Amino acid sequence: MSRLKVVTPGLLTTAQDVGRPKFQQSGMGVSGVMDRYSQRCANLLVGNAPDEAVLEATLLGPALEFRGESVIAITGGAVQPQLNGQPVAMWQSLRVKQGDILSFTMLQKGCRLYIAFAGGIDVPVVMGSKSTNLKARVGGLDGRALRKDDELSLNAAGVDVSKLPLYRLPQELIPELRSELELRVVLGPQDDAFTRQGLDTFLSGVYTVTQESDRMGYRLEGEAIEHRQGSDIISDGIVMGAVQVPGNGKPIILLADRQTTGGYTKIATVISADLPKLGQARPGDQIRFREISVQEAQSCLNAMERQIATMQQQLIAVESAAPPPPDEPGRRFVVWVDGQSFDVSVQEL
Amino acid sequence: MYKKARYLIAGDSALVIEFGNQISPEISARVRGMFLAVEQAKLPALVTMNPTYRSLLVEYDPCKSGYEELLRELQQLESSLGSLSLPEPNILEVPTLYGGEGGPDLGFVCENSGLSEEQVIEIHSAKPYLIYMLGFAPGFPYLGGMDERLETPRLKTPRTKIPGGSVGIAGKQTGLYPNDSPGGWQLIGRTPLKLYDPMREPPILHRTGDYLKFIPIDEAEYRRIEEAVAAESYQYRLYAMERGAGQ
Repeated sequence: MSRLKVVTPGLLTTAQDVGRPKFQQSGMGVSGVMDRYSQRCANLLVGNAPDEAVLEATLLGPALEFRGESVIAITGGAVQPQLNGQPVAMWQSLRVKQGDILSFTMLQKGCRLYIAFAGGIDVPVVMGSKSTNLKARVGGLDGRALRKDDELSLNAAGVDVSKLPLYRLPQELIPELRSELELRVVLGPQDDAFTRQGLDTFLSGVYTVTQESDRMGYRLEGEAIEHRQGSDIISDGIVMGAVQVPGNGKPIILLADRQTTGGYTKIATVISADLPKLGQARPGDQIRFREISVQEAQSCLNAMERQIATMQQQLIAVESAAPPPPDEPGRRFVVWVDGQSFDVSVQEL
Repeated sequence: MYKKARYLIAGDSALVIEFGNQISPEISARVRGMFLAVEQAKLPALVTMNPTYRSLLVEYDPCKSGYEELLRELQQLESSLGSLSLPEPNILEVPTLYGGEGGPDLGFVCENSGLSEEQVIEIHSAKPYLIYMLGFAPGFPYLGGMDERLETPRLKTPRTKIPGGSVGIAGKQTGLYPNDSPGGWQLIGRTPLKLYDPMREPPILHRTGDYLKFIPIDEAEYRRIEEAVAAESYQYRLYAMERGAGQ
């Protein structure tokens, strides 16, 4: 058991796991992380179950002071994390000790960073989840975002962190972040509410993520999508990634903090395998949609799940590899580019 | 109501089963029937469901059952719906203090309808209301079947804060706010019950397809129930409806 103190909270930092899907039928929003891939990688790197709660920070991360030992991992958008002012790597487990301060620059690419802690974050489980639901004000730390001077307990599970091995994720498993995204979608459930022209507009246009985009949904700007007759339906359920088109024809992609029901037509749904990439989109990014079949979308998800299931075996141990071989001539450097570390050795020839 | 339900694709992990294109008790009963049938069938791929006015959202794990397989299983369940014996829906009694501080718009509803306070209360509490859907906020019920005489337009300027437990009317609908919320409903009373309590098991007692019945109470009764709710000793009156009574 250890603790951490919030020195500065960042722009919006909340505890999130995979949310409360089973309470949608009672009108309770799902919540949960926006980028599940990054969450699961971070948890894997610190030896947690993949769905354990992590801290999710938007655009500007927090500064955290550790009150005790921990093993942590930082994943998500590209940022330069620092431990006591010294750069440290993302996508890698890091050992921290009493008094260490973790801080961040603004995210250079992407939108959200994730911090996992060995043994998890010790906040109460409310309705089956540790996720913060800002609107209903439950979960996480008192149902709200972190504030200066908050304290969080870590590792209620009592994992012996001194014995945890440290790993890094192989480069090929670290997602590339682009400001032009192609999102694959499956049409429906109300694609029949749109004209052929409207569907063509949606599938051929370029849409820009607007400033009015948050954990609830991304409002997009671009060519208006034409309905057959009206944009209103009798309210029904909404899944994560549903692309809703209200009367003005401008799509809104509904995400983790979406309402459970809605009365606008939904032209398509972003496939599950592309949701992590979407969770890293930021205002100004450009989106194109590409239609695939539900069967193809399910194959993509299967492939992603298989990749994650075998990730444990692909992790690269870092602690044993850290000291350079003594007989190697020249000097070694660690260089950081976009938050990723590269080992560079320089020698005279 | 459609002769056969429509199965709509909602991405790679969900289907929407749509039973009609209107709001009606018959379609709602169909949604509830299918919800219970899927729940009973314990499909291995089922993640969760969200029943609404005229459709049922079924979320599933496509790594366990692909689209075609799940579609087949759901269609089979749909065709067996007629022969399934389903439990009757529940009624949840909602003791309500009409008028006064908790119901500042009761006077306006009377003025608008030409009815006396006693008549409005009697009509509003006369029969149980069908819960068509929960949404908007945790435990917020969309109710059907209000007597047309009570129809009242919404407030011209919505209130920024409506206290949790408020019972109101908006157009042809009646309902109640489980939690503090902004809103434009005409408030006619308040219940001391907690319709949503995240720390209670279960946090929300009523489900889509159940009924709410408002029971008029006086101020002394309101205080007594309020204390019992705070002390977590209140016995919520939730019971199965008599067979056929909902029709």
